[in-house]
Amino acid sequence: MNRINQKLEEDKKLLSIYFTAGYPNINDTVSVIENLEKSGIDMIEIGLPFSDPLADGPTIQASSTKALHNGMTSERLFEQLKDIRNTVSIPLIIMGYFNPMLQYGVEAFCKKCQEVGIDGLIIPDLPVDVYHDNYKSIFEKYGLINVFLITPQTSEERIRYIDSISNGFIYMVSSASVTGSQSGFGDIQTKYFKRIADLNLKNPQIVGFGISNNETFTQATKYAKGAIIGSAFVKHLTNSGIDNIDDFVATIL
Amino acid sequence: MSYNINEKGYYGEFGGAYIPEMLYPNVEELRQNYLKIMAEPSFQEEFNALLKDYVGRPSPLYFAKRLSEKYNTKIYLKREDLNHTGAHKINNTIGQILMAKRLGKNRIIAETGAGQHGVATATVCALMGIECIVYMGEIDIARQAPNVARMKMLGATVVPALSGSRTLKDATNEAIRDWINNPVDTHYIIGSVVGPHPYPDMVAKFQAVVSEEIKRQLLEKEGTENPNYLVACVGGGSNAAGTYYHYLDNEAVNIIAIEAAGHGIDSGESAATSVLGKEGIIHGSKTLLMQTKDGQITEPYSISAGLDYPGVGPMHANLYKTGRAEFIAITDDDAMKAGLDLCKLEGIIPAIESSHALAVFEHKTFKPDDIVVLNLSGRGDKDLQNYIDYFKL
Repeated sequence: MNRINQKLEEDKKLLSIYFTAGYPNINDTVSVIENLEKSGIDMIEIGLPFSDPLADGPTIQASSTKALHNGMTSERLFEQLKDIRNTVSIPLIIMGYFNPMLQYGVEAFCKKCQEVGIDGLIIPDLPVDVYHDNYKSIFEKYGLINVFLITPQTSEERIRYIDSISNGFIYMVSSASVTGSQSGFGDIQTKYFKRIADLNLKNPQIVGFGISNNETFTQATKYAKGAIIGSAFVKHLTNSGIDNIDDFVATIL
Repeated sequence: MSYNINEKGYYGEFGGAYIPEMLYPNVEELRQNYLKIMAEPSFQEEFNALLKDYVGRPSPLYFAKRLSEKYNTKIYLKREDLNHTGAHKINNTIGQILMAKRLGKNRIIAETGAGQHGVATATVCALMGIECIVYMGEIDIARQAPNVARMKMLGATVVPALSGSRTLKDATNEAIRDWINNPVDTHYIIGSVVGPHPYPDMVAKFQAVVSEEIKRQLLEKEGTENPNYLVACVGGGSNAAGTYYHYLDNEAVNIIAIEAAGHGIDSGESAATSVLGKEGIIHGSKTLLMQTKDGQITEPYSISAGLDYPGVGPMHANLYKTGRAEFIAITDDDAMKAGLDLCKLEGIIPAIESSHALAVFEHKTFKPDDIVVLNLSGRGDKDLQNYIDYFKL
């Protein structure tokens, strides 16, 4: 069974953290992952940096630019991760844009993911139908879970379609925004979280965008299975480096 | 086989809508409505009236006698440079502002590189009394001060794009992010035949008035709708798409696309996407783009800001791949020479983008009775400083 599915069966609210591979320094990737696991979080999203990250705000774009400048590439990331399963057991997801994967070769990319022990992928600019028609069988061949996003504007019909072709969790974007642009949740978000929970989808939902502290984590997970923190953690890495990761996690849980 | 878009939003294998889910409702709303709205008689009427009385269409199809004598062929210039705001860009922004109004949008965003599309967007927003925000790379703002001033005079807010390389592609990223953050009230006026479906098709259809007029005008002047060659410069490719549109499937007419070679194809400073690009995804479209082996989008270079884009519209990627169009790359130097040549021979100062197209005559020999129609897409006023610096005027 895929580690993501196992994790989703645990009777607790899940905390997933995103960081950009190769940031702040090129060789920090593995240390960040190991320190995150030690700090007690449930899942990690490893960001494969891209030159033009459309869905991300300034914090994650700046970290991506720095990581690329540091020399991060798909090849290098796989090289860094080759022994990661000797030390890390929580689910690992690669989050990245489609073009670098396309250039690597989608099948070669998926094969590498399986070899190093990646459990799933989040590719914001790979449309649901293109995935369904062209890539679903490849992802499944290599045991990878593909995670789709929904937003407050996504229609119920489309949510149900996304649910039908998902086999892990649904990434619920908290509001109409790019990453790192929200501060706190209001009634609108709470109603949206509840509306989605009431759909009784087969896949659990994990909320992302706008979660930065204990308060927002608690709000987000009232109805959802878990929450994802990205920009707030990348800011922490920028300010405090990779040594005090458990301090950051302690402010959330 | 058709070179036009298919029902799924692709030109051959190029096109589609590779967009994050956050953009899906906006793009889907447009996709479901654009053809219907464009077909409404009231839309057509308003669009055509504005093109005629506000833009000044039809633009002349001018027989360039002295240029023709020099190259011993028959050269017609489609004078898009005579449009209001000085280029073909206004055809598209007029169409899109009318589209935005019918979609009930009250806020317009746009990206701009050199500022031409930004000015054309600010112009139509002023005309309609709609709020306008233009994203422009911080570096471009510094080097295109007159156009920044124009946009401000027209009432637009110019927002610097501070991310990435701080040029056109980053301005486009910022505009897309704005749209993600404002999904309900905002329409994004993309300036070229790029971006996710339906943009490449919608913009091509608004620019198609160019080839519609060429057919009519050439019939009047030469007794045939068909030139032997159509020539246009390609950055994203909107003036070229307009020039080719009604001839795409008419293979009696040869199509030539001119790209910017910058300092030379192999110089590392070029924007010749067909030669240097590879298939991939840029700004929501599968097309040819300049990128690293690892799939990171690279910075192009051309002396012409309008051709300085690392991708090319999916229609053009397909014209290249299928061989329907011949692609020729022209260096900065050859373009500047051809531009000055037109000034002296015809009394027309062209935009540097159009100067690239004009350089075709030094690179390809046409027969004396060939009819060559070249889109003179813009006037050179905006480029005066570049011409001054280059020729030490």
